[in-house]
Amino acid sequence: MSAIKVFTKGLYAQNPVFKQALGLCPTLAVTNSVQNGIGMGLAATFVLVGSNVLVSLIRKAVPAKIRIPIYIVIIASFVTVVDLSMAGYFPVLHKALGIFVPLIVVNCIILGRAEAFAGKNSVGLSFLDGLGMGLGFTMALLILGTIRELLGNGSFFGVPVTGASFEPMLIMILPPGAFLTIGFVMAFFKWLENRKASHV
Amino acid sequence: MEIRMLFIISISAIFINNFIFSRFLGLCPYIGVSKQLDSAVGMGAAVIFVMTLASTVTWLVYTYLLLPAQTNLFYHLFALKEPPDLTFLKTIAFILIIASLVQFVEMVIQKVSPALYKSLGIYLPLITTNCAILGVTLLNIDENYRFIEAIVNGFAAGVGFTLALFLMAGIREKLDLADVPKAMQGIPIAFITAGLMAIAFLGFSGLKLGM
Repeated sequence: MSAIKVFTKGLYAQNPVFKQALGLCPTLAVTNSVQNGIGMGLAATFVLVGSNVLVSLIRKAVPAKIRIPIYIVIIASFVTVVDLSMAGYFPVLHKALGIFVPLIVVNCIILGRAEAFAGKNSVGLSFLDGLGMGLGFTMALLILGTIRELLGNGSFFGVPVTGASFEPMLIMILPPGAFLTIGFVMAFFKWLENRKASHV
Repeated sequence: MEIRMLFIISISAIFINNFIFSRFLGLCPYIGVSKQLDSAVGMGAAVIFVMTLASTVTWLVYTYLLLPAQTNLFYHLFALKEPPDLTFLKTIAFILIIASLVQFVEMVIQKVSPALYKSLGIYLPLITTNCAILGVTLLNIDENYRFIEAIVNGFAAGVGFTLALFLMAGIREKLDLADVPKAMQGIPIAFITAGLMAIAFLGFSGLKLGM
């Protein structure tokens, strides 16, 4: 697989959220606004890139039997870095994301990439893989956040965009809206795939 | 007063702040293991058990090892000048506790009751990366729960999770027979079902529980 392919596969072909259904908890929980979604996406991307690079660096020294605990400790350390920096520099965002910042530790995308990719590939490729998957995750959060904020609050990134004639649907920024939105978006991607398959 | 408080904590953890429908924790097993009623019950029982245990252990570790207070054990053990503030280790400590706890429980059940191991065994390894477990332990700390409250909250959160899983499995068993559009089959329709259930659960948020 070429380096470019390693990077781009996370964006669409193997998008962690829409195609692999991984990392669902933060995806649904923080997308009630675009801003929260992007904050969460970038935080997870940082942890993903950092842990992928480190796991790849030490992959020859790690005994296979205890690799999972080692990966978890590496991931947890990066999450602590993100948690404390975010609390220091972006206290408002940190408060809005709440316990979902420390919960990046158990985001299955990160452990999944460490296990499936970084533990077997070179540092450079692992970096690209982490970056691609992280941006794919951020993109998914951006899509869901945009739909929910637009329909539920009539705004984008906190700026009102719909006119006064539009009555915001509160349900979209409440928990049920998250389930409904991701259900329909996933169905849309599946529909695209089915259509492509039937054309070939 | 104490009992009343515990009752309020349980009701809100099971219904009002249901882990699946309102807090979005533990969605991976919720979508993954909700295809059949049997496996839903097995997973639910394993989650209740580990959640209660994890709440107990993490609360003790946080209060007596990490928190900078007079009760800090390191403070007495090493005769330090002042209690050390180790709260920044919370995330790392909790995930390690949960991972080793799950491993330990697995070994004990395997020795003590092979029958129980057969029914719960396959769900236990999955639980380590279940964000609901780490979530409930972090919430216990965030909410400043006392010891008994933390244990009750852990148990009730597990019950709420099981309730959601059980209901969903019942619906999905019937859904297999329904005529669902091709693009909606599988995960998309599961999410939309969950959305409709979440609307129903939203009704509980109208409950006013006086403190």
